[in-house]
Amino acid sequence: MEIFAGLMQGFALALQPANLLWCLVGVALGTVVGILPGLGPPATIAMLLPLTFLMNPASAMIMLAGIYYGAKYGGSTTSILLNVPGESASVVTCLDGYQMAKKGRAGAALGIAAIASFIAGTVGVLGLMLIAPPLARLALAFSAPEYFGLMALGLAMVVLLAGRSLLKALLSMLVGLWLAGIGTDLFSSESRFTFGRMELLSGIDFVVVAIGVFAIGEVLANLEEPAAPQTLPIPKGWRNLLPTLQDLRDCRFAFANGSIVGFLIGVLPGAGSTIASFISYGVEKAVSRRREEFGTGVIEGVAAPEGANNSETGGALVPLLTLGIPGSGTTAILLAALVLWGFKPGPLFISDNPSLFWSLVASMYIGNVMLLVLNLPLVPLFAQVLRAPAYVLFPIILGVSMVGVYSTSSSLFDVGLLAGFGLLGYLMRKLDYPNAPLILGLVLGGAMERALRQSLMMSDGSLTILFARPISAVMLSLALLILLIPVVSRVNAWRRRLLS
Amino acid sequence: MRYRSGDFWSGLALAALGGYIVSAARGWEYLGQDGPGPGFFPLWYGIAMLALSLVLIFSKKENQKIEWQGAGRAFAAWAAFAVSVAVLKLVGFLVSFAVLTFFIVAVMYRRPPAVAALVAIGVAAGFWLVFPLALGVALP
Repeated sequence: MEIFAGLMQGFALALQPANLLWCLVGVALGTVVGILPGLGPPATIAMLLPLTFLMNPASAMIMLAGIYYGAKYGGSTTSILLNVPGESASVVTCLDGYQMAKKGRAGAALGIAAIASFIAGTVGVLGLMLIAPPLARLALAFSAPEYFGLMALGLAMVVLLAGRSLLKALLSMLVGLWLAGIGTDLFSSESRFTFGRMELLSGIDFVVVAIGVFAIGEVLANLEEPAAPQTLPIPKGWRNLLPTLQDLRDCRFAFANGSIVGFLIGVLPGAGSTIASFISYGVEKAVSRRREEFGTGVIEGVAAPEGANNSETGGALVPLLTLGIPGSGTTAILLAALVLWGFKPGPLFISDNPSLFWSLVASMYIGNVMLLVLNLPLVPLFAQVLRAPAYVLFPIILGVSMVGVYSTSSSLFDVGLLAGFGLLGYLMRKLDYPNAPLILGLVLGGAMERALRQSLMMSDGSLTILFARPISAVMLSLALLILLIPVVSRVNAWRRRLLS
Repeated sequence: MRYRSGDFWSGLALAALGGYIVSAARGWEYLGQDGPGPGFFPLWYGIAMLALSLVLIFSKKENQKIEWQGAGRAFAAWAAFAVSVAVLKLVGFLVSFAVLTFFIVAVMYRRPPAVAALVAIGVAAGFWLVFPLALGVALP
């Protein structure tokens, strides 16, 4: 009943003309960002974050979330037409989607991707709506030691965000912790790592780091290649985009599989939509009667991963909004956005800001309907974005980044820092350091240090307080277990080698 | 050769940063009467950074080959961007941004100077119309 009342309140807000407009702007922008290879939702959200300070937080959150899940819809377009994933989560879609397009079934592939995304995206929001409020109530008993345990658990997720090298992911996270520590210490008023610069006394703005590392770094990486790849023909006409009844029948299990696997993986912080789409594709292949045909243009091979990466979005918002733990670069930026607007994501977030939470949930239902409409008949129009010349697009991104950073602080020093972080972002890509752990460290670092110092003040400096309280003990144990995952898998691999 | 690898040099840079963090943190109070001081947390992550970067430097694991082809283009674009930021105070956003755009279009993408000039002026004018005029957002 409480959920129903909350949802009605959310719809009343989300259906206001201004919020409907921002939702449309968000999902349309998300679709475009998803279609453009090389420009992802973290970069776009980071770039637009300063501009949202002019907006009402509910409208801003509706728009930014629209970019987040809208990009998942758009990502399939380039996978199918170009064999280049617009988003990392759409990598698997290339396998069967591109093959379908080569066989002249691009329309059906694009259509089924939109339908699967709509069904699973809606299931994901349903899951978020049902699970988030009770989970937040459970977390209301948290005090400083529990918060420290939670932050440690959040940082341990770096293991799951690590690309090829856990060592580099940990180092990236530690750099994030250091950046979070720059500025005046709130407990003692000591200035730390400021190099005598007045501008650094209030710390480094999150926006500067996020835009530099994601947006500028991404533009520099894209500028390495002078030529744009060629697309397959874009299907014309509304009828050519509709899958047949047989296609829909073939995808029944894929819709359910994508919805459930995607949501469950999304709830686990750190796992992410790429893993969700891979697992869902694997499950689909394992249970299919024509598993040997996967990879040659099977329609379920498009529906399952596309569904999973959309359902994951709803799941990923559960730990973000109820525990304040972001599981990916994008959710870390959304977390920072909430903090910058003056909210405290965590157990009290839903009870303190019910209208914001429920309007977000309601807008996601509405946004999914908008995306279905945008992505079925209008996909040929959106695909024209791929024809936009890179030499116009990239300067615009650089300019928006500069204006965005300057608008938050009116400081040219921050614009200079932006250039520095842009180079850092590019070098991190080049040297294979994942950038999500850096953002995770930066976002969680300050809160983690505060929780640790408050806990130790409560216990007169004794670390036992962290292990004596059951919830923090469980969280720290979980964090330790997660950190041990790579060690255990290495030992297993070594044992297997010995046995063979 | 190991000293030619990106892991070696990035590990060295991070080790230096870790060393700096540890030495700076040692200058601040570690534990006081009211609990941990400003040096407590940085000391521990500084030590962790130092230790992990040393592992990276001395790791025997074969380094992944890094594609440096094309990096020259990226560095040139970054240098142009950095210069445009440096001259912001001198010439203002619109001029420095238009010159940066001209550079990217004409030099990086080898389009004719007339096209580059048209794009540069068009994009800069678009920024002026959208930000200060329509949104009321000040340009740097």
